[in-house]
Amino acid sequence: MVMLHAHTVRPEPKALLDLWSLTEMKGVRRSSDMLEIGAAESYTGIIDSRDVQQHLPGLAAAARTIGAAQIQNRGTLGGNLANASPAGDTLPVLLAYDATVVTDRRAIPIDQFFTGYRKTALESDELITAVRFPIGRQVAFRKVGTRAAQAISKVVMAVSRSPARIAIGSVAEMPLRARRAEAALERGDVKGAIAAVADDIRPIDDVRSTAAYRRAVTQNVLAELLDASARR
Amino acid sequence: MRFTLNGTAVSLDVAGTRRLLDVLREDLHLTGTKEGCGEGECGACSVLIDGEVVDSCLVAAGQVEGRDIVTVEGLALQDGKLSQLQQAFIEHGAAQCGICTPGMLLAAHALLQQSKHLTADDVREGLAGNLCRCTGYTKIIDAVLSCTR
Repeated sequence: MVMLHAHTVRPEPKALLDLWSLTEMKGVRRSSDMLEIGAAESYTGIIDSRDVQQHLPGLAAAARTIGAAQIQNRGTLGGNLANASPAGDTLPVLLAYDATVVTDRRAIPIDQFFTGYRKTALESDELITAVRFPIGRQVAFRKVGTRAAQAISKVVMAVSRSPARIAIGSVAEMPLRARRAEAALERGDVKGAIAAVADDIRPIDDVRSTAAYRRAVTQNVLAELLDASARR
Repeated sequence: MRFTLNGTAVSLDVAGTRRLLDVLREDLHLTGTKEGCGEGECGACSVLIDGEVVDSCLVAAGQVEGRDIVTVEGLALQDGKLSQLQQAFIEHGAAQCGICTPGMLLAAHALLQQSKHLTADDVREGLAGNLCRCTGYTKIIDAVLSCTR
């Protein structure tokens, strides 16, 4: 994906390749057990898609928290992935769904995609073309930010009870799965999962929040999401 | 580069890597679109591309080839009369310094195009990408709601 950093990219790019018009990279396509979303589909398109609303409501929920209308009309999954910010709001959802990143040359499982701070497994000329999701998993989502719009998250989380997936952003140098908390959840030990998640994460103090706050809020949000999914 | 701007066909020779915001203000001398932050946080640079509200500080000029762009200068009606929305902003006192106003008008216009049945919360959500440091938003929301059913 082409990412625009107005006035900040150095050296200044000599040329720009606009992928926005490639309809092959847009759209939401359903097959019997999978949903495939084009890497260049806008968040607005994702939110408005009946298939996403029905089969991936956690993804629609995440997309609604990104920026505001202006950002949702231009932002994409391909951009969120390639940028690989640890605070990317859709990324925990992709982890919780065990999504697959489809490129021009291979399919990368999401848990192999992030390799470090803002680093991905992509080769330098590799293009993300789509993201593939299995259908049938219930994923709950919560983002904690300074306000409901135009906020970079302090904590962002997506949770599936079955299979047990606890994926969290803004609490480490990349979005991660809380493996010890997941193991507890798999055993049905919700209290143990909430206790364990504090050690699964490695938050820092930064302009938005402190490590202590992030730790406490991560545990609170996990408790909330697990309680909500139990009541369904 | 060829595109439609406020209903008129435009042909321009500009570097595709420039920001749409700068092309509008500097090359086309349409200074209604403002730069508030240059990073997609404030919405002062909002324009419509194919009916969708976007931040023009984040759009490369090369991306508008063949598109339909509307700026605040394009909101007034054919005979130069202000639109119902623009009139409502005046009547409700929805502008103070005016820097956020073009962006607010375009975001509100796009919202009203989607639906005329809006609650105050719908309006707040639709304008969440537009920051105002003067008005406290109340009168802006009132103005937009006065254009709904």
